[in-house]
Amino acid sequence: MTKLTPLSRWLILISSLLLIILFFTPIWQIDLWAPQYPEWLSMQIWLYQVSGDINTINGLNHYIGMKHIQTEMFPEFGIMPYIAGGMIVTGLLLSIWGRKPAAWIWLIVLVGAATAGFIDFYLWSYDYGHNLDPKAAIIVPGMVYQPPLLGSKELLNFVAYAGPAVGGWIALVAGLLAVTALLIELFKKKLQQKFTSMSALLK
Amino acid sequence: MKKNSLISSGVIAFIFLALLQMGCRPKSPGSVSVGDAASKVYVPPGEHDEFYNIVSGGFNGQISVVGLPSGRVLKILPVFSVFPENGYGYSEESKPMLNTSHGFVPWDDLHHIAISTTKGEHDGRWAFANANNTPRIARIDLTTFETAEILEIPNSAGNHSSPFITENTEYVVASTRFSVPMGEDAQRDVPINSYKENFKGTISFVKVGDDGTMDIAFQLVTPGVNFDLARAGKGKSHGWFFFSCYNTEQAYSLLEVNASQKDKDFIMAVNWKKAEEYIKAGKGKKVKAKYAHNKLDHKTHMTTSTIKEDVLQLDIRDFEDLVYLIPCPKSPHGCDVDPTGEYIVGSGKLAAMIPVFSFTKLMTAINGSDFEGEYDGLPVVKYESALHGIVEKPGLGPLHTEFDGRGNAYTSMFVSSEIVKWDISTLQVLDRAPTYYSVGHLMIPGGCTAKPHGKYLVAYNKITKDRYLPTGPELCHSAQLFDISGDKMKLLLDFPTIGEPHYAEAIPASLIKEKSVKIYKIEDNMHPHAVKSAADARVVREGNVVRIYLTSIRSHFSPDNIEGIKVGDEVYFHVTNMEQDWDVPHGFAIKGADNAETLIMPGATQTLKWLPKRVGIYPFYCTDFCSALHQEMQGYIRVSPKGSNVPIKYSLDGEEGK
Repeated sequence: MTKLTPLSRWLILISSLLLIILFFTPIWQIDLWAPQYPEWLSMQIWLYQVSGDINTINGLNHYIGMKHIQTEMFPEFGIMPYIAGGMIVTGLLLSIWGRKPAAWIWLIVLVGAATAGFIDFYLWSYDYGHNLDPKAAIIVPGMVYQPPLLGSKELLNFVAYAGPAVGGWIALVAGLLAVTALLIELFKKKLQQKFTSMSALLK
Repeated sequence: MKKNSLISSGVIAFIFLALLQMGCRPKSPGSVSVGDAASKVYVPPGEHDEFYNIVSGGFNGQISVVGLPSGRVLKILPVFSVFPENGYGYSEESKPMLNTSHGFVPWDDLHHIAISTTKGEHDGRWAFANANNTPRIARIDLTTFETAEILEIPNSAGNHSSPFITENTEYVVASTRFSVPMGEDAQRDVPINSYKENFKGTISFVKVGDDGTMDIAFQLVTPGVNFDLARAGKGKSHGWFFFSCYNTEQAYSLLEVNASQKDKDFIMAVNWKKAEEYIKAGKGKKVKAKYAHNKLDHKTHMTTSTIKEDVLQLDIRDFEDLVYLIPCPKSPHGCDVDPTGEYIVGSGKLAAMIPVFSFTKLMTAINGSDFEGEYDGLPVVKYESALHGIVEKPGLGPLHTEFDGRGNAYTSMFVSSEIVKWDISTLQVLDRAPTYYSVGHLMIPGGCTAKPHGKYLVAYNKITKDRYLPTGPELCHSAQLFDISGDKMKLLLDFPTIGEPHYAEAIPASLIKEKSVKIYKIEDNMHPHAVKSAADARVVREGNVVRIYLTSIRSHFSPDNIEGIKVGDEVYFHVTNMEQDWDVPHGFAIKGADNAETLIMPGATQTLKWLPKRVGIYPFYCTDFCSALHQEMQGYIRVSPKGSNVPIKYSLDGEEGK
């Protein structure tokens, strides 16, 4: 049996469709709080750009010698929309075609792409936080300013928080749906016995 | 003998004790505030006041913006006066705002505020203010809290009866305190004692456009009396305007005596809808007049001044259904219309009563030609026929009346130094509260509109004396805040004010605060000398004019080393603040500047003119503490002798500009 069950195909279809939203919403966000910024400064990371209070953050960060953030400094933005687009198109085809081995490959590529994205983001933030201008006005010995990947961290007078933005949550749901689809394939027999009423969807 | 001496010593003791008793002054009534007053005016740290109080500054030519109920000053807003602190009236962009037909007038006497209304209710778009000395009306943009426009009023002197507005802010009026001769030079060069023959008053109706732009639609030419204050009708009386006038004696000297001879002067009722019709029908006479119209453009951050040449006039004596006079006792000052538009309260400065007129009765009298005579050809309505009734024994010296929207009126009493609360329909006095001292204007939030917000009342006093720590002969003016939510007025707060407040208005913060501008977008900056990137900062010589295009961003100017300036040059610093973050203005100041410094808001460009007079190195720096490295935000300019051949050269951190 190399065919996917109808339920799995539906899940992969929904998962692919959800990924389309990533073109219209930011995926990740870094928020900064300081006594002078009770309203929080916020920077959003999209598939293809950064947005938010970039100028203000750049203005503040130049004191400690951090680079000026701008969309142009991320070559990834030239590739990521194609990867996401490719995942969506192949996911849609897969939901029609319904071959199991292909589905496994698709899931592995999806999870792999997400992981690569995180690693890339971490590497950028490491460089952004460590590679400082030696002529900076404020140099605190031993201090680095790498923002957190997830969660919050104190950086001098700022509290930095990073976490998923709307798109990040959607991507998470899409990924979980895809994983569920393949878990269903693994435990098809057991599920059929348990949920006899849904057997048509699990055939 | 012993008995007699006993009696006589008893009598002496009695007389002595009686004298002692009578010789002691009675205790003066002290000031009382309610027990929980502090909590009622306390705004906890980080929280906001409930009302914006837009307060005239009188002789300082400014407006102060105060929070209520705390009484905290939020901003000093220059209107008719130069303000070296931020460069208003000194920067090349703002100088034209103070231009008039008399040239640059750097000061004025600002008395009254009118916040724009729609259907008689506050809409929070603009505030208007009058210049009493060189007649002008200013419009304040309530999104930026800046003077956006100033219109000079021709054929006017002493623009006191201004800037009152109609129900939907169709018009803002300006009428003359001083009547003057008008027309060509020869018509104006007349003996002062030809007052009766040559001196005229005017009432200007200034049209307010949808974007706020002001334009004089027409002027009514009136007999030579003094106009004092005014209010537009509202609701049922919409379409009418009421002006208090005194000196109907037409005195031109020692007015305190000669203008107080008649028992009654007038409230002039003007049917402005009718005037509009006559203007539409082409009845207006175009006359030559010279006046300035100055307007700020937020795209270019520049003010343009245009001199206008003519104005349309209607002589009220040429139209029999335009104006009616209502007799009003004792040189009326305040002329206030209640929220329903039915009652018109006249306040005779020297009266010991307050007459209240009824709009309905006035209309009946006019329609029935119930007149008691004429004044200078104008019909005078019979006093009793227009009178709703009289508030008996309210106190002494009634000046101004505001309303709480619950059927009560509050009148300030200058001479007896108190606020008197009375019922509009029954005319009974309900309560009185002393003020410290001699209240002039009073103000209830929305108290002049169709929908008062009630709750508080502020008394703006003319005399301060011992209310605060003494500061030499010149004292600030005091104000008192009362809680008027209950039956009795309760004194909550006594606070000092800026300048000499006359009228003020207050508007719920919710109508304004969300609209408040935080920054100007740099990409929208259309200033002809704006620089939007440090790469474009430069120095350009055109003959002896040198233009220095500077950018400022935390915490440096670009460029900050400039050479090639010579004594005798005319230098313009065009400074663009590149910041796009709220509350990061930068300042610009240079040694020896004989004008002012300037403050540049984020995204804006301002220009300071500088005439270097001596050879040397001149420092310039940022005057607004902008960041931790504010003290590093500085630069040098080299000034060489006249005729020197030092070339123009400029750089930042050794990198020379081209």
